[in-house]
Amino acid sequence: MPLEMPVEKWAAAVNTVTIGATAAEGGTRKATVTIGGDTSLPFLHFEGKTPNRPAIAMEVLDVPPQNIAPPLESALGAVMADPVAWARKAVEEWGADAVCLRLLGAHPDQANRSPEECAQTVKAVLGAVSVPLIIWGCGQPEKDNEVMPRCSEVAGGENCLLGTASQNNYKTITAACMADGHKLITEAPLDINIQKQVNILVSEMGMDLSRIVMFQVTGGIGYGMEYAYSIMERTRLAALSGDRMLSMPMLAVVGPEAWKAKEARTPEEVAPQWGAAEERGVSWEATTATCFLHAGTNLLVMWHPRSAALVRKTIDSLMG
Amino acid sequence: MYAIGERINGMFKSVRGAIQERNPEAVHDLVRRQLEAGANCLDVNVGPAAADPLEAMEWLVKTIREVTKAPLAIDTTKPDVMRKGLELAGPGSVINSTKGQQEQLDIFVPMAVEYQASLIALTIDENGIPRDADGRSEIALRVVASGMEHGLEPDRLMIDAVILPVNVAQATPGHVLDTIRSVKVLSDPPPKTVLGLSNVSQGTQMRELINRTYLVMALAAGMDAAIVDVLDTELMDAMIAAELLMNRTVYADDFLKAYRASNRA
Repeated sequence: MPLEMPVEKWAAAVNTVTIGATAAEGGTRKATVTIGGDTSLPFLHFEGKTPNRPAIAMEVLDVPPQNIAPPLESALGAVMADPVAWARKAVEEWGADAVCLRLLGAHPDQANRSPEECAQTVKAVLGAVSVPLIIWGCGQPEKDNEVMPRCSEVAGGENCLLGTASQNNYKTITAACMADGHKLITEAPLDINIQKQVNILVSEMGMDLSRIVMFQVTGGIGYGMEYAYSIMERTRLAALSGDRMLSMPMLAVVGPEAWKAKEARTPEEVAPQWGAAEERGVSWEATTATCFLHAGTNLLVMWHPRSAALVRKTIDSLMG
Repeated sequence: MYAIGERINGMFKSVRGAIQERNPEAVHDLVRRQLEAGANCLDVNVGPAAADPLEAMEWLVKTIREVTKAPLAIDTTKPDVMRKGLELAGPGSVINSTKGQQEQLDIFVPMAVEYQASLIALTIDENGIPRDADGRSEIALRVVASGMEHGLEPDRLMIDAVILPVNVAQATPGHVLDTIRSVKVLSDPPPKTVLGLSNVSQGTQMRELINRTYLVMALAAGMDAAIVDVLDTELMDAMIAAELLMNRTVYADDFLKAYRASNRA
C-alpha cells in the first residue's frame, strides 16, 4: 500500500537574516551568511522549504581558554593564544562559515580588558578573515554595556551579529546595533515566554524584527539538551503559525556546552569502558549539534574542527 | 481569531453620510482605525438606505482600495451588488452572506469559486432560523455538501449559526455554541465558523460586557472568526487573552502588544 505523507499547511515562514556585508554593501567581507526562511519544520522538503543551509560559526576566544579537554586542546593547538591566528585558521583550514568572537577577556574576573582593547581585537579579527563576524560580550552586563558599543562602532558597516540582549539588559546593545547597522542576538534562559518578551522589548526600541537572531541557551546532550530542544521546537512551531515575535532564526552555542560534559572530558584511563577520548568529545559535540539542527537551529557555534566537519557532512545530506 | 471589522456599514450615520456625499475621508479613517485595532478583514455594507446600492458599493470598495489591500467582506444580499464588490475587491475576499436554501447556494457557492472568495453561510433557510442546534447543523451540512459539489474547499466556508439578541431569545446563545462544536465534525478539513457578534446584545443594556463575554465563550467552543467592533479595545483584549488561554499563542508579559503586532492585516 502506498504511504501518503501527512503534510502540514503552515501560515508563515521564519525570517531570513543575512550576516556580513561585502564591499558593494558597505563592508569588507568576501562572503556573507544567510540563514532562515524556512517554511516548515527542518528538512521536511516534501512539506516546505529549507532555503538556506544552517551555518557553522567557529568560536574564537580573546583569551586562551582554561582547563579544556586534552583532545580539544591538541586540535586547536597554539592558535588558542592568539585570536587573530585562531580566526584565520578556523576559516582557512577548518572551513568556518563565520567566526564567533567571544570577548571573555573583558570580564572583570578575567583580564578586565578595556572597551578600546576589545575594539582593537575586533578590528584585528575583521582584518584577518573575510567571513562574517559574530561579536559576543563577556556576559557581565555592566561591562558589556561599556564594551559592546565601542566594538559595534569599529565594526560599523560590516553587518555583524552582536550578542546578547536579555530581558534585564537590552537597551545599550540594541541601540548600538541600530546605530551601526548590525544584527542582534536576543537571549533568554531556556524560557520561551521571556524570549518572546525580549523580542517585544527590542522591537519597541525600533529594532526591526528581521534583524534579530534568537538564542535560547544551549544544553549539551545529557545536560539539558531536551529542554532546549523542546523550547526551540515550540518556538519554530509558533513562527510557522504566524507569531511574528518568535519568527526569527535560532542560534545554538554547541561547542562550549558539549565540551563541559564529563563524557566529553573524562580521560580514557579513568573510564576505559567509554572508549577512545579522542572520539568521544568530538562525537558529543557533533551529536549535540545534529540534535539542534532537527529542533530548528539555523546557526551553530562550534569548537572542534572535526565535529564541525562531521556536522557539515550531516547538513549536506539533510539538505538533499 | 479572524477579526472582521464591522464599522463600514451604511447603518451607521457617519458612513451613510459619507456614501451620500461621496466623501472618501470618513471611509479612509475607518479603514485605518480598524486595521490599526487588529481587523484582519473589513466588512463593507452600503446600508439599507442607499439609493443605488450597486453604485454605492462600487464607490465604497474603490474608496477603500485607495488605502488598503486588506481582505474585504462584501456584505449584501443582492447577487449583482455582491458580484460588483468581489470584482473590485479582488481575490481573497469574503462573501457575506448566503442563506442555506438551495437556490441561494446555487448562486453564491459558484460565485465564491469564481472570485476565489470565502463564503459566509447563515444557518437560515426557507423555514427561517431553526429552533435548536440540530436544525442549524442540518443546514450547515447542506452548505458543506453544496461546497463539495462546486469545488469550494470546506475551509473556505464560514458557517454563521445566527445569534439572536439575548433579551429576545435567551436559549439561542447556547444553541449557537452547540452548533459551533458540531459543525467541526461535518467534514475534514472542517468548515470555519463565524458569528456576527454584536447581534447578541442588540437592544440590551451593557452591550459591551455581553459582547465580550459571549465572544470568549464562542472562542472556547471553537469559533474561528467573528464580525466585531474591533474599535472596542476591551473586546479585542478579551479575545487575545482567550487565544492565549487556549494555547494558540505563546505567553509573554506583553502578550497583548505581541498579538497585535503579529496580526495586522
